[in-house]
Amino acid sequence: MKVLVAVKRVIDYNVRVRVSEDHAGVDLAHAKMAMNPFCEIALEEAVRLKEQGIASEVVAVTIGPKAAQEQLRSAMALGADRALHLEHDEALESLHVAGLLAGVVEEEQPGLVLLGKQSIDSDNNQTAQMLAAMLGCGQATYASDIRVAGESVTVTCEIDGGLRILALQLPAVISVDLRLNEPRFARLPDIMKAKKRPIESRAAQSLGVDLAPRVRTLRVDYPAERQPGVRVDSVDELVDRLKNEAGVI
Amino acid sequence: MSSEQTVRTLVVAEQSSGEPDAATARVVAAAAALGEAIEVLVVGSGAERAAEQVARLAGVQRVHCCEAAHYDHAAAENTAALVAGMAGEYTHLLAAASTTGRSIMPRVAALCNVAQLSEVVAVQGPDTFVRPIYAGSVLATVQSDDALRVLTIRPTAFDAVGAQEAAPVAALAAGEDTGLSRLVDEQLVSGERPELSSARVVVSGGRGLGSGDNFRLIEAVADRLGAGIGASRAAVDAGYVPNDMQVGQTGKMVAPELYIAVGISGSIQHLAGMKDSRVIVAINHDEEAPIFQVADYGLVADLFEILPELVEKLPRHES
Repeated sequence: MKVLVAVKRVIDYNVRVRVSEDHAGVDLAHAKMAMNPFCEIALEEAVRLKEQGIASEVVAVTIGPKAAQEQLRSAMALGADRALHLEHDEALESLHVAGLLAGVVEEEQPGLVLLGKQSIDSDNNQTAQMLAAMLGCGQATYASDIRVAGESVTVTCEIDGGLRILALQLPAVISVDLRLNEPRFARLPDIMKAKKRPIESRAAQSLGVDLAPRVRTLRVDYPAERQPGVRVDSVDELVDRLKNEAGVI
Repeated sequence: MSSEQTVRTLVVAEQSSGEPDAATARVVAAAAALGEAIEVLVVGSGAERAAEQVARLAGVQRVHCCEAAHYDHAAAENTAALVAGMAGEYTHLLAAASTTGRSIMPRVAALCNVAQLSEVVAVQGPDTFVRPIYAGSVLATVQSDDALRVLTIRPTAFDAVGAQEAAPVAALAAGEDTGLSRLVDEQLVSGERPELSSARVVVSGGRGLGSGDNFRLIEAVADRLGAGIGASRAAVDAGYVPNDMQVGQTGKMVAPELYIAVGISGSIQHLAGMKDSRVIVAINHDEEAPIFQVADYGLVADLFEILPELVEKLPRHES
């Protein structure tokens, strides 16, 4: 079974984002970029499925500018067998990304598609569900455990108030959550080897998907800051203020 | 221009065993900010009973009720197909940004070939919305050019609507069972405590508690206040408490009237999940802890000494 994993180049999760001066967007110039942490978890799971002899091939795909090939190199260093790059310079919406991935699925015919539950920049949490809809296949979101057996996959999903375990027929699309696994670090020899490996790159437009924007960002702002609070010296003072000042108890 | 088209909104409600989810009244409030034409869809086993309650939410004009078991357990494939089939009648489709809404609505949007907007926190017009990005460090004001807008609504950003005389409830014929996924098991944490995301008061513990056993101190405070109990990711990762208690960017987003953070340092990811609470109290022995920067009331103290005293001095919650 082939496993397809989508990875996204995003701002590093440790970087504090800054609103651009004209409020048109977030200032990404010179910001450190990295693979989206949830995509790393999806990739790690795919590699583990291969190590268990369940997956025969792990294909990593990214959509983005030329620089996104850096994340594909990381993916190969971490265990992806092949890397596909759909080059596109402008930011795309989840609907476009899902449409392009559906095109890749048509060509590659994977048994399983693994994605991060969301990217930490746009925080949409949509692509896996949209892709599953376009492919007409089953979906599982927020996966914290994935077990493939024959023609089906059993997925533990983290839901509000607990866990839900679903069985899906393959092929299926799964979005993964933080607790699924702890991604490994790439070894230096693997990083060096990955530098020499080929990346299959082509223009995203070549897939014939309508990439016209549907949503425009009018402006971005920092959220309102909380007013500075006060230090209290004792439980008595705290209880008094909560009762008589804040009126919440 | 699209903003002049007549708004007609369908809210996809959640219910469990005939009890509508508390977030529904908040999503209806978001719908009311769009326009007066508000209808609600309730699906699954128990939908008929839930529909009776939903019909009494102020502003709801009609409830569509589809009592069929293949919509139970948030069956995303079946529910999305049903909603997409109804979409032609509406300009806006809304659901709560819960794990259920977030699973179903993108699927609906893709079936309708339109964009979806996630976690909307403010409605500025029929096509203009505000939503957090970058884990809430930034708010984006976005305009959707699609004729059909599919939104998930962050419930804590809207005040629940009140009550009204019951609106009419209409039975809706069930769609097909796609059979694409099957429920194997569901493990829900049940209890007397209010659900974290809808609790009026939340008491959360962090790494500073030192062990799962010590969460009894948090429970005692929560009992006194009738509060929900949360935890930081550090406490969850340390194995003190199960992960459904986690408050933060990667857990639950909460915005209660009162949030008490005990032994929590206040990582960015935790703050993203609770900084919209009305009043925040921080109790921590480390006066440099970042949590104090967002706290309305900060108490630098040893939590093991303070919590028993707090339990003693808090007024008893009357349910």
